[in-house]
Amino acid sequence: MNQTRRNVLKAGGGASLYALLAAAGLLQPDAALAADWNQKAFEAKNLKDALGALGAGTPANSNDIVMTAPEIAENGAVVPIGAVSKLPGTESISILIAKNPTALAASFDIPAGTEPAVSTRVKMAESSDVYVLVKAQGKYYVTKKEIKVTIGGCGG
Amino acid sequence: MADPMRIRAVAKDGIVSVKILMSHAMETGQRKDEAGKAVPAHFIQQVSATWQGKTVLSATWGTAISKNPFLEFSFKGGQKGEKIQVTWTDNKGDKRTDEATIN
Repeated sequence: MNQTRRNVLKAGGGASLYALLAAAGLLQPDAALAADWNQKAFEAKNLKDALGALGAGTPANSNDIVMTAPEIAENGAVVPIGAVSKLPGTESISILIAKNPTALAASFDIPAGTEPAVSTRVKMAESSDVYVLVKAQGKYYVTKKEIKVTIGGCGG
Repeated sequence: MADPMRIRAVAKDGIVSVKILMSHAMETGQRKDEAGKAVPAHFIQQVSATWQGKTVLSATWGTAISKNPFLEFSFKGGQKGEKIQVTWTDNKGDKRTDEATIN
């Protein structure tokens, strides 16, 4: 998030643009910033680059993140993934698929009052480790699970 | 304009659980059509849900989310009869907002 804001500042040539955006209400912390689409992270080809672009570096493994996903996915086009964080102060939950053409599948911002639990369905190009990355109290934690895909899904 | 979302929001014990089914092709940009030409990427990038003017979930998505995306989450505080709004925006700038009443 900070990086994006810095880019905006750089592109706009300084404080005047920032003031303008702030005045227009575009920089409200929980509206505008939460909605930023992190292009660098979503276009990262591998897990390490995606984690780097998210600012997660090398996250610590945690048993307080529960991933609900099948061991074997018959159809790689539709793989249900559920993620629950038991870490106090969970701010965001991201899903990353190591062997997909782009590793980052989704990031969810969890505002106060929202349960740190999301479910969705993702595409997997091939059997791969799937990671759930949680940001809690400013620190990053991760858990992983290998999901085997019997029919490829990227493209469908 | 894309088809409406199907949104189900149910309040129980002070927690509202929300299930959303969106209608979207979610093209990855990797697929080729019958003529062998790459189909351009077309996918939802941002999703947000609001209740009483407060954002209760915001998400950013890449191409790996399945076609006709499904999303489930829950939040504290909603009551029966109140409304929630869900908005998505895709990479071509298309946008759709739908509203549902909490049951």
